Amino acid sequence: MDSFSTLIGGIAGDGINEAGLTAARLFSRLGYHIYMYYDYPSLIRGGHNFSLVRASKEKIASHTDRIDVLIALNQETLDKHLGRLKDSSFVIYDADKVKIDDKKNRGCGLAITTILKEAKAPAVLKNSCIIGGYCKVVGIDWSVLEEVLRKHIPKMLDLNMEVARQGYDQAVQFCRMGSGADQADRCRQDDGSDDKSGNETDRKPLPIITGNQAIALGLIKAGLGAYVAYPMTPSSSILDFMARYAQNFGLKVMHPESEIAVILMAQGFAYAGVRAAVGTSGGGFCLMTEGLSLAGMAEMPVVVVNAQRTGPSTGLPTYTAQGDLHFVLNAGQGEFPRLLVAPGDAEEAYCWSSEAMNLAWRFQVPAFILTDKTLSESQYSFDIDLDLNLDLNIDLAVRPAFRPSVEGKEEAHHSPLLWDGQGEYKRYRYTETGVSPLAFPPLHGQVIKANSYTHDEKGITTEDPRITRESSEKRQRKGQAMAEYLEGFETVKVLGDKRSKTALLCWGSNKGVCHEAASKMGLRAISVIVLSPFPEKRLKDALAGVDRLIAVECNSTGQLARLAGSYGIMVQDRILKYDGRPFSVEELLEELGRTLA
Amino acid sequence: MNPKELATASQVTWCPGCGNFSIMSAIRAVLAELAGKGLPLENVVLVSGIGCHAKIVDYMNVNSFYSIHGRTIPVASAIKIANPDLTVICFSGDGDSLAEGLDHLIFAAKRNIDITMILHDNRVYGLTTGQFTPTSPQGFAGKSTPEGAVEHPMNPLDLMLVSGATYIARGYTHGIEQLQTLFREAILHRGFSFVDVLQVCVSYNNLYDSYNKWTYAVQGNNTSDFDEAQKIIRSWNYDRSDAPIPLGKFYQIDKERFDQSFKSLGQYQPDYAQRERRIKDLLENFI
Repeated sequence: MDSFSTLIGGIAGDGINEAGLTAARLFSRLGYHIYMYYDYPSLIRGGHNFSLVRASKEKIASHTDRIDVLIALNQETLDKHLGRLKDSSFVIYDADKVKIDDKKNRGCGLAITTILKEAKAPAVLKNSCIIGGYCKVVGIDWSVLEEVLRKHIPKMLDLNMEVARQGYDQAVQFCRMGSGADQADRCRQDDGSDDKSGNETDRKPLPIITGNQAIALGLIKAGLGAYVAYPMTPSSSILDFMARYAQNFGLKVMHPESEIAVILMAQGFAYAGVRAAVGTSGGGFCLMTEGLSLAGMAEMPVVVVNAQRTGPSTGLPTYTAQGDLHFVLNAGQGEFPRLLVAPGDAEEAYCWSSEAMNLAWRFQVPAFILTDKTLSESQYSFDIDLDLNLDLNIDLAVRPAFRPSVEGKEEAHHSPLLWDGQGEYKRYRYTETGVSPLAFPPLHGQVIKANSYTHDEKGITTEDPRITRESSEKRQRKGQAMAEYLEGFETVKVLGDKRSKTALLCWGSNKGVCHEAASKMGLRAISVIVLSPFPEKRLKDALAGVDRLIAVECNSTGQLARLAGSYGIMVQDRILKYDGRPFSVEELLEELGRTLA
Repeated sequence: MNPKELATASQVTWCPGCGNFSIMSAIRAVLAELAGKGLPLENVVLVSGIGCHAKIVDYMNVNSFYSIHGRTIPVASAIKIANPDLTVICFSGDGDSLAEGLDHLIFAAKRNIDITMILHDNRVYGLTTGQFTPTSPQGFAGKSTPEGAVEHPMNPLDLMLVSGATYIARGYTHGIEQLQTLFREAILHRGFSFVDVLQVCVSYNNLYDSYNKWTYAVQGNNTSDFDEAQKIIRSWNYDRSDAPIPLGKFYQIDKERFDQSFKSLGQYQPDYAQRERRIKDLLENFI
């Protein structure tokens, strides 16, 4: 895959994430797909932050170690990332802060501190200045940057423009980005020819969103009415997003006293007929497990987003891991069915978060969206035609309206089973699928009883052995019905060379890097999206003809490999990474080279 | 309506003489009376925790959510926020809400959310057969403290007062008329109502003689005066068994409520097509 990588580094407080996002937006306007990985320590000021922005003509969801341009706002950035430079790379740096060996590295220094001082601009504007210089260096027209700044700079726009222009004017051109739609090379060495044609593309640029934003939008799409969360990295940005856009979508957003309150509140909302979701990371989810078991017993639909970070315990709060798969699969005392989806990129995050909500309500089960820091906080070009989805105009099952529906009748798949209003209402009525028709208070002449104890069809506590067995079987039937229903979904994705006898097995955010490495090496890559109910048949079909299976995971034990093993699917090799950082393309290629040697 | 119509077919399994019978009879009478005055019973939702107290929801033919130990408040709060038209009443125990779920109780008072908490305060763990609770007196010889509890009890009413509850009262299960008055007031009060009910556990902490001797009804107190309420509340600290125990309404004020804060959202509930259109519009900001 032809791509162009830029690293922007500085200290926390320099606006490195925002600078990276600005670069990403520039490329997006030239017609490229982008992916941005943001690396930051757990502190507010200081430390070393960097954004890796990668642009490609094809869809990407992974970063590379090697970079084409290094943007250094401080010496540490240059020193730490020198090893990433290629012979053709170029460095742009704050000449007031950074010393560079210009015999070894081609670069362009900008007197940023001086420029800011002359413009009487605060230090926080240094990223605008250096991005201005960056545009000149890579040959992105000033008009493109001007449009991005005008759209996205909320404060001190004129001053930002002034220092960006200074940066632009004082930098030297090193290459010229072609349009992402061109067949031409991505960044041609500047040959001094007077190429004045603009490099914007006619193609409408794609939105750039994080995995967490995609999850939030997917939940909203599926009728979310309430979002409840206690802040915990890397899930907090979902809470922030929901709170910010609550008015747009009529959302009730709550930040209560603890994750225990969070999971219980979600069930209060569900009881009252409001679609609710919660978000947390491993430690917060630990607190939720008792309430999760209640959702299993009381059959309360609730969506839990668990954004994994490096554990155990506090671990590395701002770094990634895939260490919670078995925990989430097994959390909560007793046995009850659950849905677990692990999207691999922004599009899957959007679609599967929406499905998770619909399925939670269809089968009245807890549903998990298992993400990780990499997916949650990385930026992706979001390539979905929303116009194709506008045919889902069906009434929401929300309070207080009670909308009867005939049980067994074919429903649109996101509509839950509602009570038909006939006879006495029984919250836990036994049915063939185990799914009992829902109703919400107020319901004249009827009572709706939810219960954490073993209960009869009406929701009254019992210790009767027959009812205990029957109600357990009722819950099991829901799990079976959900598994059958999911057979119609693409729960396993086959990527790369679909005929290769060697396959990579991955889940979650490793989809992008596995796809890319497999494509480069002519291998098959199999990404498992739904992990519960486990898509045994689809995975076995995806593995047809494979004689060597290599698990690629960001944990130290190979958790998907272990899960697949319990269905008789054996992996021959494991490539595991558990240093808190996601695989780069080069790193995975190297590991694969070693494994297959 | 006859309060008996509020019973279910479920067999009542409290010990004979248990104070929970009085609480149930009082709440049935109050709900029947309010239903007669126009409160639609289908708008009432009862939420219980786990413990002897919690069985009450099995015995009441009213909407209910039988939740888990200590967690009535978050469930009840969300039901109220989801639908402000509902009347939400929590039944909880002193172990349930003062130990396991104390944080939720404090936050309910802090938010002044419009729900009612009826605390079955028997000052002992009954279902687990006799351990000390946060309101057991120092020296209480329970199964987990055979040499006597070292800790002094907490005063839940004092805690509720400083945390922001806007209706605070104490009743006793031998005073059913007063209980009815307090329950009615608490349910009709707009804001967080807390009724501590001295509920006798005949099996593990039979305090009938002590309560009969020392309880008295407060009269003529200024219930809108914080300092006066605190003085009355602090006049008995749950530790002594030889001191007067005030009963009645101690505090009631009007204050803004948490559930009102969602009013700006109104009844706006976009359908699927509206949501997708708005998502599309919103994504323009991310280009």
